[in-house]
Amino acid sequence: MKRKFLLSVIAMSFAVFVNAQTPDEIIAKYFENTGGLAKWEALQGVKFTAKLKFQTMELPMSIIQLKDGRTTSSIQVQGMDLRDNVYDGNTLWGSNQQTMKAEKKDAESTENYKINESKDFPDPFLGYQKKGYKVEFVGKETVDGTEAFKIKLTKKPTKVDGKETENVSFYYFDTENYVPILQESEIKSGPAKGMVSQIKPSDYQDAGGLLFPFTTTVGAKGQPGGQTIVITAIEINPKVEASAFAFPAEKK
Amino acid sequence: MKKLILILFSGLSLFTSQAQDAETKGKELFGDLRARHIGPALMSGRITDLELHPTNDRVIYAAAAGGGIWKSSNGGATFNSIFDDHCQSVGAITIDPTNPDNVVWAGTGETWTRNSVSVGDGLYKTVDGGTNWKKMGFEKSERIAGIQVNPKNGDEVYVAVLGALFSDSEERGLYKTTDGGRTWNKILYVDKTTGCSDLFIDPKDPNVVYAAFWEFRRAAWNFNSGGLNSALYKSIDAGKTWNKIHKGFPAGKLGRLAIAAAPSNTNILYVVIESEQDKDKGLYRSDDAGANWRQLNNDFGIVVRPFYFSRITIDPKNPDIITKAGLSGSISRDGGKTFKDLGPLHSDVHDVVYDIRNSDRMYAATDGGVYRSWDGGTTFEMAENIPVSQFYHVSTDNEEPYNVYGGLQDNNSWYGPSSSPGGVEARDWKKVGVGDGYRVLPHPTKKLIYSEMQGAENVWRYDPEKDQAKTIQPLAAKGDPKLRFNWNAPMAISAFKPDRFYMGSQFVHRSEDMGETWVKISPDITTNDKLKTEQGNSGGLSRDNSGAENYCTIFTIAESPLDENIVWAGTDDGNLQVTKDGGKTWVNTTPNIVGLPKNTACWHVEPSQYGKGNAYAVFTGYQKGDMATYAYKTTDFGATWKSIVTNDIVGFARNIQEDYENENLLFLGTEFGLYITIDGGKSWLKFTNNMPAVSVHFIDLQKNTNDLVLATHGRGIIIIDDISPMRQLNEQSLNKDLHFFTTKPATMPEGNGFGSTATETQFVGENASRSAKIIYYLKKRHTLGKMTVEIQDQNGVKVADLDAKKSKGINVLEWNYRMKPPKIATAKTFTFGGFTAPRVAAGTYKVVITKGKETYTNDLVIQYDPKSTIGLSDRKLNEEATKKLFNMTQDLAYMVYEVDETLKAAEDLKVKNPSATKTVTPLITDLNNLKDILVITKGDNYVGMGEPQLREDLADLYAKVAGTFYKPSNAELNNLEGIDARFVTAKQNFKKIKEKHLTKFTEVRNKNKLEPIIIKSFDEFLKND
Repeated sequence: MKRKFLLSVIAMSFAVFVNAQTPDEIIAKYFENTGGLAKWEALQGVKFTAKLKFQTMELPMSIIQLKDGRTTSSIQVQGMDLRDNVYDGNTLWGSNQQTMKAEKKDAESTENYKINESKDFPDPFLGYQKKGYKVEFVGKETVDGTEAFKIKLTKKPTKVDGKETENVSFYYFDTENYVPILQESEIKSGPAKGMVSQIKPSDYQDAGGLLFPFTTTVGAKGQPGGQTIVITAIEINPKVEASAFAFPAEKK
Repeated sequence: MKKLILILFSGLSLFTSQAQDAETKGKELFGDLRARHIGPALMSGRITDLELHPTNDRVIYAAAAGGGIWKSSNGGATFNSIFDDHCQSVGAITIDPTNPDNVVWAGTGETWTRNSVSVGDGLYKTVDGGTNWKKMGFEKSERIAGIQVNPKNGDEVYVAVLGALFSDSEERGLYKTTDGGRTWNKILYVDKTTGCSDLFIDPKDPNVVYAAFWEFRRAAWNFNSGGLNSALYKSIDAGKTWNKIHKGFPAGKLGRLAIAAAPSNTNILYVVIESEQDKDKGLYRSDDAGANWRQLNNDFGIVVRPFYFSRITIDPKNPDIITKAGLSGSISRDGGKTFKDLGPLHSDVHDVVYDIRNSDRMYAATDGGVYRSWDGGTTFEMAENIPVSQFYHVSTDNEEPYNVYGGLQDNNSWYGPSSSPGGVEARDWKKVGVGDGYRVLPHPTKKLIYSEMQGAENVWRYDPEKDQAKTIQPLAAKGDPKLRFNWNAPMAISAFKPDRFYMGSQFVHRSEDMGETWVKISPDITTNDKLKTEQGNSGGLSRDNSGAENYCTIFTIAESPLDENIVWAGTDDGNLQVTKDGGKTWVNTTPNIVGLPKNTACWHVEPSQYGKGNAYAVFTGYQKGDMATYAYKTTDFGATWKSIVTNDIVGFARNIQEDYENENLLFLGTEFGLYITIDGGKSWLKFTNNMPAVSVHFIDLQKNTNDLVLATHGRGIIIIDDISPMRQLNEQSLNKDLHFFTTKPATMPEGNGFGSTATETQFVGENASRSAKIIYYLKKRHTLGKMTVEIQDQNGVKVADLDAKKSKGINVLEWNYRMKPPKIATAKTFTFGGFTAPRVAAGTYKVVITKGKETYTNDLVIQYDPKSTIGLSDRKLNEEATKKLFNMTQDLAYMVYEVDETLKAAEDLKVKNPSATKTVTPLITDLNNLKDILVITKGDNYVGMGEPQLREDLADLYAKVAGTFYKPSNAELNNLEGIDARFVTAKQNFKKIKEKHLTKFTEVRNKNKLEPIIIKSFDEFLKND
């Protein structure tokens, strides 16, 4: 059991949901097939109850995402609550796995989150033009043995280790259902720098009239293994106290 | 000037679309069955071109001769492959200076034209820094030597097409686009034999362009560099008009020319000239932008092998510091008057680049990878994670894990394990030969290895245990003619006589005593064409008699696995001979092959398992400029041959491997990857899962594991573990929604070593997974609705939940033989022992896949390692102790839960009715005191952790026992006894606390009208996760 494994997972995966000819036609069909644009636009927040799985080990997990960008994730490990990727509208923070105390993320990560991910709820493609994102249809490719539309999504540039960098990811929508079955992006920092992260959503099911992928596998292209998040329940528009996101500061 | 316009993606032939279909169908069938790469990277492989980002010194691109493109984003500390899906032979890579983060051009086809060089399939462009690449034409160019982008207009690009090596080509010449590559004009063309070999655009005045042209031709038996058409041209009007700039050049024929201008002063030009007279060869300089030239130097390092080393680079800040590619690489600090060797670094330096900010930082491209220097080229260190090794051949032994043997271009002969603790790393590989390595074969029954160097100059029989090598190659005896060995000389062993060893020159040589004594068992079975055996004259303007052009030689030998008297031998000049009487008589079968051009090299012969007269043969015509695929099957000793090639296949073939169990399952290695047929060659599928489009030189199928082991010429050894599911593919299985493949019993691995010793920047090859594999075929990718996989024991009790694999095609789901880990008591810290999951016992389990409303089941047999020294009774003791500790761990978790719930209720009462404080405080104190000895209640997860308590001691012991198969040691049993006693005492104490306080506590809570405390049952508590 590696002590560091927990934190990486949440950060990589739940950019979610979900996250799905012209690109606009494909995107429109995606929203239509997953509950309708109006419903997605009306969505104020989602609470996911899930299991983070490493082979037969399962860690209970919960994630809340709100339309205003606030989010929180927690994993219960041996009864303890490990927080990560928590954003209260100002501060991005998570638990230190050694002390279990809250610590702020570095300024660059926080700024990057503010610029892009905080505006992505419930889906980066929803109103992407207003967010200043660009989409491009790249072509058709075979993913998991299945034909898929490849869409390039360019968000606002982020900073990586001090340098402004293009923020590009690729989404593969299967041509039958028009839902994403793979999301790829280059890992820009850390030990896996230069490799391509792969997020594979599957098991799309209904929750509150919207179609969500209930299973998401996170890994790196060409590498074995990966981690899986299996959703067990989804609560639409949950009531959440502001304190759920607040940074429990010992110091300012 | 002839105008040629190539429109992107136009005119795709039926051939191409069928080939793409083979790739798509391959992806649809092979699902997530994937290849793994074991490198190695310790010797890396040939790098042809380096390119630095013009403003970001962290970004470097390295192009490989056969291993694609590698990008570093950390100043060369590590590199990642970014070109896997495309032709892996790359000649030139250039960053668009107007958009350097995103736009990069790559010209495929190596241009350092050794005889083993591969071919390209066009020009590629990325607009996202290498994540995606698009082909931009030039499909027939074979080799692109240079790309230059106008630094003021990224849409204006020049491409130097060197072209075909072994044939005429009208594709050669200099091309230009002004619309980012959508359309191209051929702006300078000389003739079918003369290609554009170097190119330079003046960054200060992009209208000024220099282009070198080279007349050259290679045949399998000869090389000719130079002619009257070689020249250096200059344009001052962006390519509209061109003039030769030869004032000061030697007269007569010219060979390969390299051109460079000093970035700091583009009037200063250097050119390296290959010419008729040795005295005239060497480095020339112009200080007036090419108007006049003067010779500076003709040292060995400057003039050596121009076809292999023609690159000059100049310090971006100082026009007098020059490096020249060469055997060792040379550097001048006096404007080219004198040079000294770079180094030390791997020999055969093809390119050198200077860091954009600090010229002391240099990078070199060599036959052995990328090297970095921090001190101006005096010392170099190697980049250690670029596994672009170029194997010529591979063989395997029967050890567990089996070893892989093979030789590499300019990088010796080696063997290494197919798996190793922590991954296959540099130090796992052992050298078993020097020079260029080719075939390496393990002796079938003894710990001995046969290896060779180029042209069989030495063939060794090596004892790796004693570290003793003996040279054993056949030598010309009295009366023999000179023996002609191929540069890549064939060797073979016998399935019948372990000490038998074959080698081929123009004769088939057989030894029955491991190479001590040789007997020629054939006459000269080549065409013995005297016109093609004059290698002493090879080279053209620069003599080049390395032996690489030895011709009229035997290239492949194989003894039938069914009859030791049947031996096949194929030659590089197009004969495929067979003997049925151990060499007494030979028959050339090539004339019986309909459609095969004469003198096409027989690259591989594979006698079949399924009939004495059956064999497969692969022929390769690329050394005649013929890129077609040739693979044939005979069932009558070569009297007739049938082509098994379809238009699905792209690239000329080099090797074929027959499956041992399914006659219709064949594997074909081509210049652009691996093709598989499941119908005996009626149709072929391309295998692309983690398998780059790399040249596959040889294929072995390991008999015990059914692993397909590929010798790639550019990406090292690539393995597809256990291809047995492919044997079971048929119409019936493919028509089911879900089909389980039969698998061998899964063996639980007992190794638990300490892993790899590789450092952070070293390549580590991926191990074979030793998990149990549940392999099934899905007719359709599972996207909508729920899909689950669970493992049940014989009684239908669930032992594990697994994550379903959902690809269309073959799915390989792995299970690590473990059940769920125990539920751990809540505390202030983690207990790492608690993350250990117990293994299942050996036995037959049931796999239950639920997909929507459908359920599919199959048996899965798990066994202990039959070779283990651990007895069954010991295993049972381990399993019993593990079970006991597991149960104790969960019992303790439940007890702590009960304590916590009671404490919570007591604290709740205190808050709601402070007057009850006096009543509940003793209860709280007693419970806290109890909890203090049950679990850690203070500290953190690192060095601030509190003293371990019962939970931690229990979990640690549990993890120790559950982590092995051994019976618990006496120390562990004694420790367990102590822990057990502590737990019993704790339980008694808890009981006493409850007896002492609970009645009163409940009364007070009732009085305060608080809800009764709800304690879940043990089963509910466990379910909660």
